[in-house]
Amino acid sequence: MAERVAVVGIGQTHHRKVRDDVSLAGLLREAGQRALDDAEMTWTDVDAVVIGTAPDSFEGVMMPELYLADALGAAGKPIMRVHTAGSVGGSTAVVASHLVSSGVRQRVLTIAFEKQSEGDTTWGLSGGRSGGVGAGGYFAPHIRAYISRSNAPEYVGWMVAVKDRRNALKNPYAHLQLPDIDLDAVKESPMVWEPVRRLESCPASDGACAMVLTDEAGGDAASKPPAWVHGTAIRSELGQFPGRDPVNPRGGQDCAADVYAQTGITDPLRDIDVVECYVPFSWYEPMWMENLGFAEIGEGWKLTETGATELDGDLPVNCSGGVLSSNPIGASGMLRFAEAAMQVRGQAGEHQVDGARTALGHAYGGASQFFAMWVVRSDKP
Amino acid sequence: MRDVAIVSFAQAPAQSRVETTETQMLYPVVNEAIARSGLERRDIGFTCSGSADYLQGAPFAFVGNLEATGAWPPISESHVEMDGAWALYEAWVRLQHGDVDAALVFSSGISSKANLREVLCLQSDPYYLMPLWADPWSLAALQARAFLDANGHDERSLAEVVARSRRLASGNPNAQVSGEVSVDDLLAEPHVVSPLRASDAPPVSDGAAAIVLVAGEAAREACEHPAWIRGIDHRADPHYPGVRDLSTSASARQAAEAAGVAGGPVEVAELHASFSHEELILRDALGLDDDVEVNPSGGPLCGNPMMVSGLVRLGEAFRQINEHGKQRTVGHAASGPCLQQNLVCVLEGDA
Repeated sequence: MAERVAVVGIGQTHHRKVRDDVSLAGLLREAGQRALDDAEMTWTDVDAVVIGTAPDSFEGVMMPELYLADALGAAGKPIMRVHTAGSVGGSTAVVASHLVSSGVRQRVLTIAFEKQSEGDTTWGLSGGRSGGVGAGGYFAPHIRAYISRSNAPEYVGWMVAVKDRRNALKNPYAHLQLPDIDLDAVKESPMVWEPVRRLESCPASDGACAMVLTDEAGGDAASKPPAWVHGTAIRSELGQFPGRDPVNPRGGQDCAADVYAQTGITDPLRDIDVVECYVPFSWYEPMWMENLGFAEIGEGWKLTETGATELDGDLPVNCSGGVLSSNPIGASGMLRFAEAAMQVRGQAGEHQVDGARTALGHAYGGASQFFAMWVVRSDKP
Repeated sequence: MRDVAIVSFAQAPAQSRVETTETQMLYPVVNEAIARSGLERRDIGFTCSGSADYLQGAPFAFVGNLEATGAWPPISESHVEMDGAWALYEAWVRLQHGDVDAALVFSSGISSKANLREVLCLQSDPYYLMPLWADPWSLAALQARAFLDANGHDERSLAEVVARSRRLASGNPNAQVSGEVSVDDLLAEPHVVSPLRASDAPPVSDGAAAIVLVAGEAAREACEHPAWIRGIDHRADPHYPGVRDLSTSASARQAAEAAGVAGGPVEVAELHASFSHEELILRDALGLDDDVEVNPSGGPLCGNPMMVSGLVRLGEAFRQINEHGKQRTVGHAASGPCLQQNLVCVLEGDA
């Protein structure tokens, strides 16, 4: 890439089931203001704004960049809105980073959000028709296929659910705060979509995440250490056709291979210090570990079982609590990208991984068919 | 900036109602654009599309549209919930990086399935404007009134735009509305929302379009007369009609300056003027002289598929260079009520 890209500001809201204390615009401004404060910048310093959110039917506002332009200080500026299903928060960060790496803009504010309490997500997902199975109903067969293929013990899913919620206790922004969670609690929680139990599922959250991205000069001038973007990649594939493998989709493999090639990563388990990946249902941790090349096929669950993915493990995964603890859908991907950047900036507070220098942010969406990833490092490319 | 050119353009005719899906509408259009470029699908390094779920009332409408690209093996692809012109902008930014050399841009919109005037109310501030059902017609009429009052024009000026557009559309097989009509006959129609008549507004259209972009010298191999993107930029105005001077479009003026419209003579401009008065506002904001030929295709007044119409303007500006030997043209796209958002693209042919 021509221009280097630095993440100099990161902000997020306190994610909750209902944020009825703020409007939609107020929610975005809360995250945006925190990112600008972190960057020691103001709204007027921004060259361009890129927002992302999942389907408009979740909030009932069509093309919300129009309404949000005023609140985001975008009058007189370029503002774009990205939508790539569940991966959108990641894709939005990628689009924003490209505006800088292309040399077109110097200081870009990017915000992704969802205010699920404004509408009914399952209704929205099913196009306003009744009888929708929800995202869990869609993904449950893929999870069953994974368990069947890998012979993973059923407690692996419970372990992920416990780990991520315990990590969330160290993250003041996380929606779910479940201090008493343990394997028994997960095991005894109601079965929602066989084999996914309630506590193995993500919550529905209101929330937003924002980042300020600058060119190299901006990164050099920042008083706090920036995260440097070393590589970005996106991939899309058709959602349904005979022979497609939605459990280990090729789009995810190709996307990871692309971003690893850009960043000189040849052994992801060795070369990456911390991972924030999109795990809306517990079993997606081992599934993505394989898809992203951290484990051989059929072996991903062992990373969970041996504790490697714990905060103090060899490959900490979702130290923030992940999507299992906060799921403002449109923002969930950007939260992964932002948390990865926070780790290499040494900014993650109680859920900081000591000495994290290289981090992977990952998001996926649709029928496991849209992927967005970036690799950030504490060192300049 | 790296030199990037439009090398091919294809569109489905604007129709009042199609019985197909967006994906079915897109499939032949995307194929045609790729075929005209002489490229293979595997040569395309980036794909970007524009569409809006709310038009057909289904979430993730764009997901199905991926079928039109044959995304297997997986492709590098993104989507904006905006007019396809902004997808083209994103593709142009992507091509600046130098690692990919060709991009496919497409957009689609089926507005006929619902009452568009009602659906577009959902673009307004959900707390203060949407409950008023401030529909695009009413907001456009406010802008038309402000424009007429501020500039000494009368409704005859609007009718002249309509009559000229329909006459020019007679030469455009993709137009939905066309033909000779007198200004006096237009003025004899009743107002729908004063000062606007039905003829001052665009038809409700279904449609799709696709463009292929190629960077560098390869553009000349893909196309005998490529149209080089010499400048492209976009800007937004505030959303609230009450905080803007509606008689003009500050964001269109800013986008035109940033895109460098004034850097040379403009022969043709294709403007995304959905209502008649918007053409007059945009001519002024873009600094177009009276001798600039505006909307030779007939423009949005003669066919206006939502999410597509802006991309079609860029495609028509390309055609003026590619097919009609023009040297410097402008394509413009708008989004939101009262021209809230504007994108301007300056195209040049090889001298």
